[in-house]
Amino acid sequence: MFGYYLNLALRSLGRNRVLTTLMVLALALGIGACITTLTVLRLLSGDPLPGRSAQLYYPQIDPYPKNGYIPGESKPQENLTWVDANNLFDAHRAPRQALVALGSAKIQSRDAGGRPFFGDAVMTTADFLPMLGAPFRYGSGWSADDDAAGARVVVIADFLNQKLFGGANSVGRTLRLNGHDFRVVGVLDHFSPQPRFYAINIGRSYGDGDGAFLPLRAARAVQLDPNNISCWEAADIEHLETAPCMWLGLWVQLTDATAVANYKRFLDGYVREQIAQGRFHRTDTALPDVLQWLRIENVVPDDARLQAGLAFGFLLICVTNTIGLLLAKCLRRSREIGVRRALGATRGAIFGQFMVEAAMVGLAGGLLGLAVAELGLWGIRHQPAEYASLARLDVSMFVFTFIVALVSALVAGLLPAWRACVVSPAPQLKSA
Amino acid sequence: MQIGPILVALRRHKAGTTLIALQIALTLAIVCNALFIIQQRLVRVDRPSGVQESNLFVIQNDWPEKLPSQDADARMRADLQALRQLGSVQEVSSSNSFPLRGSGWDNFVRLSPDQVKMTTDTAIFFSDEHTLATLGARLIAGRNFSADEVGSQSGTDRMHARQIIISKGLAEILFPGGSALGKTIYVSNDNAPSTVIGITDTLQAHMTGVWAKPYAYNAVLVPARLTGDGTFYLVRARPGQLADAMRQAKDALYAQSPMRIIPAQDGIMTFAQVRHRAYDGDYGMAILMGIISAVLLVITAAGIVGLTSFWVGQRRRQIGVRRALGARQRDILGYFLTENLLITLGGVLLGVVLAVSMNVWLVIRMGSQPMSPLYLVAGVLMLLLLGQGAVLAPAVKASRVPPVEATRSV
Repeated sequence: MFGYYLNLALRSLGRNRVLTTLMVLALALGIGACITTLTVLRLLSGDPLPGRSAQLYYPQIDPYPKNGYIPGESKPQENLTWVDANNLFDAHRAPRQALVALGSAKIQSRDAGGRPFFGDAVMTTADFLPMLGAPFRYGSGWSADDDAAGARVVVIADFLNQKLFGGANSVGRTLRLNGHDFRVVGVLDHFSPQPRFYAINIGRSYGDGDGAFLPLRAARAVQLDPNNISCWEAADIEHLETAPCMWLGLWVQLTDATAVANYKRFLDGYVREQIAQGRFHRTDTALPDVLQWLRIENVVPDDARLQAGLAFGFLLICVTNTIGLLLAKCLRRSREIGVRRALGATRGAIFGQFMVEAAMVGLAGGLLGLAVAELGLWGIRHQPAEYASLARLDVSMFVFTFIVALVSALVAGLLPAWRACVVSPAPQLKSA
Repeated sequence: MQIGPILVALRRHKAGTTLIALQIALTLAIVCNALFIIQQRLVRVDRPSGVQESNLFVIQNDWPEKLPSQDADARMRADLQALRQLGSVQEVSSSNSFPLRGSGWDNFVRLSPDQVKMTTDTAIFFSDEHTLATLGARLIAGRNFSADEVGSQSGTDRMHARQIIISKGLAEILFPGGSALGKTIYVSNDNAPSTVIGITDTLQAHMTGVWAKPYAYNAVLVPARLTGDGTFYLVRARPGQLADAMRQAKDALYAQSPMRIIPAQDGIMTFAQVRHRAYDGDYGMAILMGIISAVLLVITAAGIVGLTSFWVGQRRRQIGVRRALGARQRDILGYFLTENLLITLGGVLLGVVLAVSMNVWLVIRMGSQPMSPLYLVAGVLMLLLLGQGAVLAPAVKASRVPPVEATRSV
């Protein structure tokens, strides 16, 4: 029976080529726009570290002065001062933890003697790479002792290893960072959480990832400055360790809800202690996990949401359009329906026939929509945004496209098919 | 034209009528809001920078290692000297930042040392006696820095700025209705006052984000070369020699000292590139909105053509009867035009409600601005015209139905 409906549908669609083309095109544009914007949204709101992100937490406190403080309306700060970061770190209240700040290092190959260039560098502590599950191609990370000693060691990313050492095993070789020699102890395999959630200003942090990871104290000793500094009073930013400035983040690994609750209590206690000492004036603290942190940092730009919303409005209009055209088509065929009914076709059969026709439109729209989406994503990849190069259709989006197309078309087909199956045969035959 | 019979006829095509009206309503809602978004973005993009942008370019320079402040200053002065000697170069200056850069140093401004809340935020541009001429910014009051006022300063927040030049925008916020010239303000976090010795015409800050709109024209020029971190050389080429100057400047700097970092990707940018980078998101959004609006209008028009054509086909016999009973061609034409007008009017009524709700949602969720009613009026007119235009071809076809059609069976 299905084959017969298919045949009928194809014939009917072929009879009104212009109209069919119009329906398919409209659906394709709507679906294409939706899939394009959804792919971007998914890319932007994705989990940067699947499997691990739910266990990583980012303690936040507020060392600002009392001025302008409205309890309940102020939010805790994005970064910590050196003093607070180290106080929290040294308390060892989490099985794994790492301090982290981003900087731009001046990198130079020791052997090649080429011109130095800027590379994104992460100054952090020993547990950072294992905690985030960074895979090593050669060598390994550094130890807590290296942290304390300010050892001049560095772990480099695969792309930097490619650029500096032609991809060879560079463990043991030397790299110049900010004019000082650092020994390579490890080379990462591909490691680039999207986005780079572990530091602030992550809106612009998609792509290859960071080039170099080095011990915090060693980095500071060679005057690697953090990219993001905010101070609340006159500060000598040449000496950040004592300045009233925030520039460090702390990530802690907490494995269950009890551990999270305990850490939050510890954080609140720390702040109360600091208030009692007169250092702090504000009580707000927060302990977001990775995904909550991404929301706090507004990783998904409003423009992307707006575009996705518009694309859905667009699809809605295209579906409305298709309903109208399908309806017009099937009402014109009232006589044909009358004849089929008179010859014994049930209402269900008529309904089925029209739904098959709608589904055909949907499939064609989906296929073409896929092409539109590919075109849209190609356009996005040529945009200057940092995430642009990652905008690609994956298998799940590919499947999703067809589901959207079929559902849209079937929804569009419902009303016309219902109208068709309630056509009463007698008047149609009489007027013939 | 009698509207009654048309309405009665439309009631027989409830589903089709509702669908067209719905489509028109949705289209109106989206197109109005899209046009409004386009206009807002274009207004942002078209804001004047106060900089004479042609013939201007920017070089980002950094040293491979951290230099003592004096060494860095000496090298910077040597660089400026080398650039100044180029035949294609008219003016050169160094700064920590420049208008439209997107990020940089900003400070709070206060009018008295004991003031708790800031009066406003402002961009800080380190400058020398050549900065105004290099940017092409004009003084409207006071004087420029003199060479002996320009010192060097390492990257600390203890900014020594006894004399400053401020932008007109900042002056108007600080001293509305009065003159800022000769007044003292507090721009750094320590309590030392700065005296305003000059006021520039319009000069844009480095901040271009939506949040920074109230501060977009606040700039303070501080007479110092900032030596702590990387620096920017602002270079004004002689008219028509921009490309030459950019090439020569790079060569001259490397000849001066080969061990320096000028990022390969965006180390040297024309000001046109700076402007484009500052607003690329806005351009992208405006273009996308434009495409969406155009496609929507085409789809809606096509939908009207399609559905009306079917109606005309369906009613050929009735049309024939009317013609046989004396209706003229233009009566038939008028019938379909009026019918479409009624449907479109219904659609735009709903559409206006949808468009306003959508705008309210955008205001609440996205911090957009309330839409001017002009966009609604323009949108309504556009859709009425679109409807009439789309229905014209089927209506003309209908008017050509011969009266003899009445005698034929459907």
